[in-house]
Formats: sequence, structure tokens, C-alpha cells
Amino acid sequence: MRAHDHPANNDKIGHEKMNMRRRLTRSEDHPMQTSTPEPVSITAELLAQHSVTPEEYERILAALGRTPSLTELGIYSVMWSEHCSYKSSRVHLKRLPTRSERVVQGPGENAGIIDVGDGWACAFKIESHNHPSYIEPHQGAATGVGGILRDIFTMGARPLAVMDSLRFGPIDPGSELAKSDPATLAHNHRIVEGVVDGIASYGNCFGVPNLGGETKFESCYSGNPLVNAFALGLVKKDEIFYAKAAGVGNPVIYVGAKTGRDGIHGATMASEEFKEGSEQKRPNVQVGDPFMEKLLLEACLEAMKTGAIVGIQDMGAAGLTCSTCEMGARGCVGLDVELDNVPQRETGMSAYEIMLSESQERMLLVAEKGREGEVLGVFAKWGLDAVIVGTVCPEPRLRIRHHGVLVADIPNTSLTDDAPLYRRPVGTWKAPVPPEPPADVLAELDRPRDYTADLKKLLASSNICSKRWVHEQYDSMVQTNTVQGPGGEAGVMRIKGSGAPGHERGLVMALDGNSRWAYLDPKLGAMHAVAEAARKVACTGATPVAATNCLNFGNPEKPEIMAQLSAAIDGISEACTALGTPITGGNVSLYNETKGEGIYPTPVLGIVGIIDDVTKAVPAGFQREGEAILLFYLPESGDDTRSFGSSEYAKTLLGRLWGKPPQLNLSEESNLHRALAAVIDKGLITSACDISDGGVAVSAAEATFSHGIGGRLALQSQESTATGALLVLFGEEASQVIVTCKVENVFAVIDLAETFGNVCVAEIGRTGGDRLEITLNGNPVIDATINELTKPWAASLSAALHDEVPA
Amino acid sequence: MKFGVIIFPGSNCDHDTHNVVAEIAHQPVTYLWHDSDDLKGVDAVLVPGGFAYGDYLRTGAIARFSPVMQSVKKFADGGGLVLGICNGFQILTEAGLLPGALMRNAGLKYICKQVHLRVETTETAFTNTLKKGEVLKIPIGHAEGNYYCTTEELKRLEAEGRIAFRYSTPSGEITAEANPNGSLANIAGVLNEKKNVLGMMPHPDRSSEPLLGSADGWRIFESMIAALATK
Repeated sequence: MRAHDHPANNDKIGHEKMNMRRRLTRSEDHPMQTSTPEPVSITAELLAQHSVTPEEYERILAALGRTPSLTELGIYSVMWSEHCSYKSSRVHLKRLPTRSERVVQGPGENAGIIDVGDGWACAFKIESHNHPSYIEPHQGAATGVGGILRDIFTMGARPLAVMDSLRFGPIDPGSELAKSDPATLAHNHRIVEGVVDGIASYGNCFGVPNLGGETKFESCYSGNPLVNAFALGLVKKDEIFYAKAAGVGNPVIYVGAKTGRDGIHGATMASEEFKEGSEQKRPNVQVGDPFMEKLLLEACLEAMKTGAIVGIQDMGAAGLTCSTCEMGARGCVGLDVELDNVPQRETGMSAYEIMLSESQERMLLVAEKGREGEVLGVFAKWGLDAVIVGTVCPEPRLRIRHHGVLVADIPNTSLTDDAPLYRRPVGTWKAPVPPEPPADVLAELDRPRDYTADLKKLLASSNICSKRWVHEQYDSMVQTNTVQGPGGEAGVMRIKGSGAPGHERGLVMALDGNSRWAYLDPKLGAMHAVAEAARKVACTGATPVAATNCLNFGNPEKPEIMAQLSAAIDGISEACTALGTPITGGNVSLYNETKGEGIYPTPVLGIVGIIDDVTKAVPAGFQREGEAILLFYLPESGDDTRSFGSSEYAKTLLGRLWGKPPQLNLSEESNLHRALAAVIDKGLITSACDISDGGVAVSAAEATFSHGIGGRLALQSQESTATGALLVLFGEEASQVIVTCKVENVFAVIDLAETFGNVCVAEIGRTGGDRLEITLNGNPVIDATINELTKPWAASLSAALHDEVPA
Repeated sequence: MKFGVIIFPGSNCDHDTHNVVAEIAHQPVTYLWHDSDDLKGVDAVLVPGGFAYGDYLRTGAIARFSPVMQSVKKFADGGGLVLGICNGFQILTEAGLLPGALMRNAGLKYICKQVHLRVETTETAFTNTLKKGEVLKIPIGHAEGNYYCTTEELKRLEAEGRIAFRYSTPSGEITAEANPNGSLANIAGVLNEKKNVLGMMPHPDRSSEPLLGSADGWRIFESMIAALATK
């Protein structure tokens, strides 16, 4: 970044003051004189620029016992930002289940860790990079990937795979928005292109496979796209590293990229709503260099092997500030750092700027005294800067010096554990739409229609259509562990060197969220996010064992937003407990509002599962001709016109929204997962595909696409009305899976699956041919060639983005 | 026979390539560090995929100057087997070991997917266990795989049987639709004059086990092992 592009707008005055102060200190020319950092003159304006409230300022005074210096005020402002402190959500997050026999590390570290057996552990976490991705889509998304990858390899784990949950405003040239506001539609296009390109360029160069995830479109994301990146890595259980400083006198080493003026106050920016002119915050967005990160990965993992590293943390949000105080706080020691030693990309940087910079690809580590040479040697081999910048001291304080002058001296815990904790008013949640369909909708539902035509429209809709345009830009195969890549239910990877040769253990990951459902009922919607992500994992044959969550919400200062957040956390807690998937960490992103317009509450769940023999994992689509098609379902389920209002059909084809998400029985959902694991472990089934957006018709159509193998399905409906037909074909009832098996195995599948709780299995058809034919109570309702159905599904996204994809 | 896999800063298929030789071929294999000109007495050099030196300036443009590449040139001049995969192919063209250049994909985007290749020659150390006209399923993953050379060079390549693979349909037809990146004459892999150096954009390292969707890439490693055994 050019120097004159800077500084971040919101602290211009701060910089002027600081520059003046630095000149003064220099002219005084006796470096070690001050016993306390020089106080800054506090004005209401200065506090407002730092997003520090008068009450928070009182707490700073109490913690320090004196007026802070400007650097200290900056440090408090980022550490106490919503992004770093979780001050609005912490009281609620405590309700999440975080333990199980498999959990090695729960929330509070750079990433959660679970035991996967054979001496291996898996580190994983999800992070949002929403605000930066709106302001500068390419770099915002790229550095989101970079940040989550560092969280993984900081723990000593080599990143094995990533997935993304992406949400954008409408891009369809046929949408309402195209007519009413073409400029916003065009902007949405640029955001999609930029975000996907940013994720691709970073992950591809770094060398981590991207196994897909989800890409969704809703109007509420026009001014506030969501970019949530989920990463997973592997580490030997006895080689895990923690972000904890220890050993008084041990050297503190800075490694990686030089510090520049980019990303200053990024964390603070991510803790505010967007207003007119927020694009001018572009200099707050960091710039990523995946090549540097790749070197950092290799060098860190090699340096860890020396055994000379005591603790290590990446510099992500709030950069050097966060890593120094958190490492000290975790180890109950202090870090004493001289900023003159910090490698700098630009000249004349102030202490304030160095401490708040969010330059990417940097790490802070504590090495064993006397063995620092071994560590520095490894970084030199990889051509990276590695410099001793300070030492571990006994007092649990963060001490920062610049040109020998003390510029910050803060008790660590006042920045971390003792950061403000708000019990913000939680309003009463009110349903945003009527529970029953309006009369005109009821009449519309009961009108006979061409179901095949409706199916084609749904397959072409932006939420359901093929996301190949996105996935093919990602390297999904590097590291040669990808058994199932993007486009299926979940990502499946083998763990080299585990299990029996040729039958290695597998790790499975899936991402899911349904924000429209969370909008209609935050608690139930959040429960569905957990259940569906876990179901996707279970469809491969793996057992879901742990979870990470990314909570994307609006402004927590509004009681109705807190009501959504609190209810969603309740839903996640309940579902994760019932399904045996404790939360080992995650991320909360609040203030997702633009000009006072909030996004739908968007809880996104990442679930990790384990399969003992990865060769047993089954894919989602029909595999062979002449196989039986079965439906796994729960008896008491049965869609009604109420929940139909939450479906893709209601949104896409009727343009309406009413009612609530479908019911969910968590204990039976858990039985369904166990039933799937059992029939897959016995090798009884050949594919399994979750029924979700667009209902059984869409899922059946998608199942025909992977190998071009058709199917004939005979469905039953108790009601022989047009409404009844719609509900059966396109209703999105939970806990339903389409399964295929060899005809001779049908009874074995039914017998085994039905031993799990109330799980029911019905035989509904046969695979084969080049058509999808569905009958309802014996009457043909859908009939089309696979070719006819594939076309709208495959071409829709690239066509909307005006980009031809070669075959 | 001993294989060497080069590690440049930014290589990211070095482990994958090493894994095929060590775990599937069960042959001795060692890493070769970019900063050293010591090839450790290997019988074949594998230049893996990735983003050597960040692909800054131009893919392969910086890697060609590394000490290890000076030794690789001498090794190739002496008839040693060199296989460049993806970024490795790009580096070999920049280093002058192979003709032509790899430009940005015609669609201007990175593409990762399974493609089909038709085997154009079997009279090489890399294809001796294959059949001419046979179709292999091997994935690509690149943003700069659009092969180009002059018309004269193309004539020579064709005349001398130095086009190893072309992008094809699953049944072996060479069509524009089967060409994922705009490569001249659907070229996916080319050989040097002595046919001891092969560069190819598709990844045999990613298709050497059925678990990963295809084991067709293994046949190229198998051919190399067969060739080295008779040497």
C-alpha cells in the first residue's frame, strides 16, 4: 500500500497527535526515562474514533490506575472490540456444549482439537471475514482463508482441507433486483467474482484442497455478504502446540512478513455497522500473500520439530497486540517487547501503528532460551524474517517499548479475560411473517400445475443450481487425500498413514446453514443447521463427532437481534448435545448491517465426522443401473402448508414467505445418523443423498446427474389434492435421505436401519434409464430426460454471471 | 533406481509426488532442495506442481535460475529422465528444456477437474507401458496451462512424435470442447528432442490410486520404472 493511501480515516487525529509525541520523545533523547507511558489527552471525539464508550474508558482508567497513552488506548480499543472480545456474545456462548471424550482442546485456543484415533488429532475451526469481503472482495476473502489456515497450523497441524460458506445478494438477471436496482445487482456480481477469486488464489497457491461448502443468495446479503471459512488440519496427538508463553527469560520471536500499515483497526471496523461511504475503509482491509503463508507453514512445522518452541500464536485480528497479550495471559506471564526490532515494511511507523497493524502472514513465538539459534536457522532456510523482539517476564503485563521508551504497560488479563462483558437486553422474539399462508397463496397452492416445469425452474434457481463455476476455480485435489470433493453431501479425506494400509481412516467435513429458516425461527433454524450438516456427514457413512459454529448476526445493541442470537445459541446447544457434536470453537460476527438493514440471522455450522475405513464411504448420486431406491424417514414427520412457506419452492416460484421451518426431532435425527453409519459400514448401500432445498424432487434429480443414471420413483400422498402433491414433491421435511442399494440387499437394509429408534425405510423406486420419472399415488407427475434437467441446473450460475464455462 | 523430487519455495505437490514413488511404487526417493546443485545421484528427477517462488513475475520464470535447475539441465543433457508436472512443466519450458510456453487459460480462470488425455506416442520412457490412442483420465489444476508454440515448432513436434498427450473426449476424439484451457492442438504434454524430458499439465501424481478417482496416472510412473530397469 502506498503511504499516502493511509491512514485509516477514523483515527486521523490520533495519528497527528502521535507523530507530534514521537518528535517530542526523540528530541528529549533519553530513552529509558519514563516509568509510565505518556498519557494522551482524552477527548470524547478521540474515544468515539476508537469506538470506546465513556463507561469502557472508566474501566480502562481503573485497570491502569492512570490515563492511557495513545498506544494503550488503541490496544484497548481493538482488544475490547466486539470482534476480539465477544463482549456481547460471551455470556450466551457459555451455554454451548464443549466436551466429549474426543475433545482434546475446546474453545479458547486458535482452533479446537479432537482425537481421531491411531495417534492422530484433528484441529479445526470456522472464521468469518464478512466486513472485509464487502469492502474489498478479493483481498477480504483471501485473507479470510489465510487467517483460518494460520489458526490451524499454529497448533502444529498441517491444513488438510478448507470449505466455505458464502452468502451474497441476488445475481440473477431475472430477479426483482435486476429491474429495481441494476447497480446493486452489478455490485453483487463483482462481490461474487472477487470473493471466489480471492479464495481460489489464496488456497490454490498455499496448497490446501477446497472441498466446497455452500453458496447461497438472498436479498438481505446485498450490502453485507458473508464469507465464512472452515479449515481442518491434522496433527499427531503428542505434537500439538499451544498459544501460551512460558519460561521467564525465554526469547519472544517475530516471524514472517514485515509489518506495514495495512489493516489498522480492522477488528474495530468489523465491529461496526456499514454506513454510506464504508467502501472508503478499504485501507483497513489487509492484503494477503499466500506464497509467504506457504513458506510460513513449512518453516513453522519444521521449527516445531526442533523441540525448541515453547508456544506460538498467529497474528490475526489485532495483530501484534492480540498475540502478545493473549500468549502472556494464557501463561500467566508477561511479554516485554521492543518495537524497534519488529521488521517493518514502511519507514516512520509509530508504536500505535505497529501494534494495531493487521499485516498478514506473521507469527509470534516463544522459544527456549539458549536454543533460539535452532529456530532462527529454520526460518533463515525458508528465507523468512525471524527476529527476537522481546523476552518473557514474570509480571503478567504487556510491556511495549519503542525506541527504548515505554509506550504501553498493561495488565494482560484486563485485555483478555477481564474485557467488558455485556448482558445486552434480549428482546422477545416475534415471528416476522404470518404463520399460516394467506388466502391467495392457499388458492395458488391448490391450482394444478406442471411439476416438471417447476422442477426445472427450481434446478435453475441460484440457491439450488450447480456451483461448479465456483468449485472448479478451487484446487480440490492437492495433497492427494480427496476421496469426495465439492458437489456432494460432504468432503471426504483419507488420513495417510492411519488405519490399515489401503483402508485408511477418513475425515469428513460438511458446512450448513439455512438463514431463511433461522429468520423464521432462530432456535429451530439453528437446530436445523446442526442437524443438516451432521446429516450430510452421516450420508457418507461417517459418524459426526464435533462441531464449530460461525454466528453471523446484526447489531447486538438492538434487543431483537440479541433475541435472535440467544435463541440460535439455545438451538445449537440443544442440537449439538443431542447429536453428540460438541462445539470446540468458532466465531461470532455481529454488526452485519448496512444502513440499519440487518441480515437474516445466519448461524453456520461446520461438522467433522470420522469413518474408520475411508474406502467404505458412499457418494451422493446414483451409482449403477437397476438398483433399488429407498427412502429413510421418520414416521411422525409430514410436511404441512405451514412449513411449506419456508421452502425454496415458496421463495423461488411463489415469491412468498410464511410459516415456520419444518419440525425436527433431534433424538430420532441421531438414530437416523446411526442407521446410516450401520448400513454403510456393512457395505449394504451404494449412495445416500440428503433431502434438503427443493425437496425430494430436486434431490432425486441431483442424484441422477453424477453418472447420468436415471430413476423411476413412486411416491405416495395421503391427500390427493394439488397442494398435497406440492408438499410431497417439493416440501423440505427434515431427517429424510434417499438411499440406493442392490436389489438383493433391500431387506437387509430395512431390517438393519429399522432397529434404530423410529427410523423407517420405504422402497420407492429403481435406478436406470436416462429419465427421471416420478409418480404420485400412481399418477405421473414428473417426467423428463436427465439431459433436460441437467441443462438449467448446470448452466444457470455461469449464465447469471455472464461467463461461459467450457464443457 | 532412485528418484528425486525437487522442492522450490512454493512447491505444493512435492509431498504428493514423493508419496507416489515411496508408497505406491515402493522405490527409493529423495527430496532435492532448490538452493543446492547436488542431485544426490538420482536416476530420475521429478519437478512437482505448485507455485514455485510464488509464480511471481511469470510461472517458472524465477525457478529456472535456481541452483538445482542448473544441475537438472546438465542431467537432462546427459540423457537423465526428467518429468515436469504442472508448475514443473512451466518451469521446464522457462528453463529451455522443453519448447513452447504456457499462457493463461483461455477462460482466464483456474480450473481443477478430471480431464481425458489421448496417448500420442508410446516410444518414450514415460509412455512405454501405454497403448497409442489409449485414453487416460487424469485431473488438471492450473490457471496457466494454455500451451503455445510457433507453427514451425508445432510441425517439428508432430513430425518427431514429441507430443505425448492431447486433451480428448473420453472416447479419444480431439475436439475443441475437450480442450480445457485453449492449448494449441489440444497439447497436454510435450517431450524434448531426445525424449528424456516430459512436461505435462495434468497431474499423474493425483491419479495414481483408485481411491482418488483414477489410477491412470500411475501408468506414467510405471513406464518410467520400466524404462529405468532396462537402462
